[in-house]
Amino acid sequence: MFEVLFIGLSLTSVLLLIALGLSITYGAMGVINMAHGELVMIGAYTAVLAGIHLGFNIFLSLPLAFVIAALVGLLIERVVIRRLYGRIIDTLLATWGVAIILQQLIRLEFGLTFFGISIEGLGPGLQNMRVPTFMMEPFDLMGLSIQPYRTFILCVTILLTALTWYLVYRTAIGVQVRAIMRNPQMAAACGIDVRRVSALTFAYGSGLAGVAGVLLAGFRTVMPDMGATVVVDGFLVVVVGGVGSLLGTILSSALLGQINGIVSVFSNDIIARAVVFGVVIAIILWRPRGLFSFKSR
Amino acid sequence: MSNNRRNFLKQTAAYGATAALGPGLWASAARAESEIDVGVLFSLTGGLSIVEQSLADATLMAIDEINAAGGVMGKKLNPIVEDGASDARTFNERASKLVLRDRVPTVFGCYTSASRKAVLPIFERRNNMLFYPTYYEGFECSKNVVYTGAVPNQQLSNYIPWIINTLGKKKFFIVGSNYIYPREMAKVSKILIEQNGGEWVADEYLELGHSEWGAMVSRIKSSGCDVVLSNVVGDSVIAFYREFRNQGLTHDQLPICATVTSEIEIAAMGAEVAAGSFTSFPYFQAIDTTANNDFVERYRRFVDDSSAVTQHALECSYFQVYLWKQAVEKAGEVTPDAIREGIKGQTFDAPNGKVTVDGENLHTFLTPRIAQWGGNGQGEIIDEYPEPIKPLPYVAYGETDGDLFCSAAGLDSSRL
Repeated sequence: MFEVLFIGLSLTSVLLLIALGLSITYGAMGVINMAHGELVMIGAYTAVLAGIHLGFNIFLSLPLAFVIAALVGLLIERVVIRRLYGRIIDTLLATWGVAIILQQLIRLEFGLTFFGISIEGLGPGLQNMRVPTFMMEPFDLMGLSIQPYRTFILCVTILLTALTWYLVYRTAIGVQVRAIMRNPQMAAACGIDVRRVSALTFAYGSGLAGVAGVLLAGFRTVMPDMGATVVVDGFLVVVVGGVGSLLGTILSSALLGQINGIVSVFSNDIIARAVVFGVVIAIILWRPRGLFSFKSR
Repeated sequence: MSNNRRNFLKQTAAYGATAALGPGLWASAARAESEIDVGVLFSLTGGLSIVEQSLADATLMAIDEINAAGGVMGKKLNPIVEDGASDARTFNERASKLVLRDRVPTVFGCYTSASRKAVLPIFERRNNMLFYPTYYEGFECSKNVVYTGAVPNQQLSNYIPWIINTLGKKKFFIVGSNYIYPREMAKVSKILIEQNGGEWVADEYLELGHSEWGAMVSRIKSSGCDVVLSNVVGDSVIAFYREFRNQGLTHDQLPICATVTSEIEIAAMGAEVAAGSFTSFPYFQAIDTTANNDFVERYRRFVDDSSAVTQHALECSYFQVYLWKQAVEKAGEVTPDAIREGIKGQTFDAPNGKVTVDGENLHTFLTPRIAQWGGNGQGEIIDEYPEPIKPLPYVAYGETDGDLFCSAAGLDSSRL
């Protein structure tokens, strides 16, 4: 039973990791960021490249990926999203375009292939990130078999969630973010620099995606289109949890993760996927605004 | 867009009408030129390009070598390269273009079964030839396709008995990606497992590209099996082997015996994760013969990458061009019908050893081999058949050496 719950828990942590950044950008800024999956991908490639060329292990790659993904996010915000606030369908299309550009940049090695230069770790091929050996060997604790890597993901997710909660609910900038979430015009009228705060929020959400990428790289395949499946899972969680609600995001990833884990252990993964989608549809029918949502004014 | 499409349809119809005039046209079209056009159709873009680009390279390398040695019957080969873009519909359009507009007598190409099925009607309707280099699930009997890759009996008929008798493993957990190839492979495996006195405890599938293996590996762990037979394809392979290791399973106790995991996937997952597992293919880069070492060397020079890996489908892409050359020379003319007659029984010394095209079903005799992966990303060949074995595309339905379902007369569908 512990194993089943652990699988669910581990799926939950992966979902939450992806959705955390998304719930901030979507919730706080009303931007449907289709490039979120690509930011995850950039995090993963940062880990692969840092491992090959700088000799970084996973612990050093985590902060590096956060910084790089955050910078890319900031750039996307400055160049594209800034001009599209309040036009939710347009952001969807524009960020989708950004996603394709990012994928191609990796695939074409930033255009260097045209000059016959090739960088190890980039290109259309499959890549992987090395995981330290001690994180691959499971150990026994009180009769339970503990998988260090999955446990590590779980711990990082808990830490990041706590950090995000602290930032949003206990700091001055968090108050500003929440004010913008409720009503950007009123927030601006109160003297909040909406543009600056939004840009920072977007960068933070992107950075979280980068961290998620590093952790995913440890047990999934790293390739240019890995982001596409990731972003779907992320949106499922955010929509079910309720836009802009941290608690909703946590609970909905727990719900979907555990349903997925339990059904896939007792029947199989394909049915589990179908059940998850069924539950999502039912919840959206029952509560169109998600499990936890506030009324925006 | 719609205008282009309309033009395309118009042209297609026009060429279709001329092509229907008869086979005599082929001969005159070919005779008029000092070059012979041939089609090369693989995905050069999109998700499948990782593998298919290398198959296109191997094909072009063979064409280059043949041209450098004087061509075919004194004529140079002129490859017309088209991009299938990892999309079955694009494959269909590009194949139509090659067959109808360029009027090539043969196309070398296709990697996935999906793309082959998409182009098959064109080759059958226009009576053209496709040379298909990939190992596949069998269950096909077209007189317009020469299949140079392995069919299930050539990957499994030595593998399953070897697992049961030499490895001493009797309880199989069969796992695969959810589409036709793994399902047909599983069908053949089950027949062989039961014949050899083993048993299978589960037969499970995950969707293509699935990368979350936690639940499946945990089911493998608790199933009580002592060997895993994997027909998992593509990028999921990597996530699978990694999760296997993460959950503390080792290939010493519970080996993964795979049918699709090649040098490419091993390199992508990190060799240490796969070290100790097994794969069955007729060709491995590690085959230590002068012919193969030389082939690997030439391929690396051709693609200008000193660490490029070669694998089964790549080798088939290479040697099938030579088989084609011999067929044309034997027939004395470059028409699809002549090539089909000429290819029957052709033998060539490929990098993996002798290969022969079967005169009945146009599949290829290949030598099954089993390799164990080492920490360096290369297989060590630990078992091989003494000689090439006959391809049986319908082995899952009871086809045997002496009782062919697919023969030169066509498919005996009453047997299915």
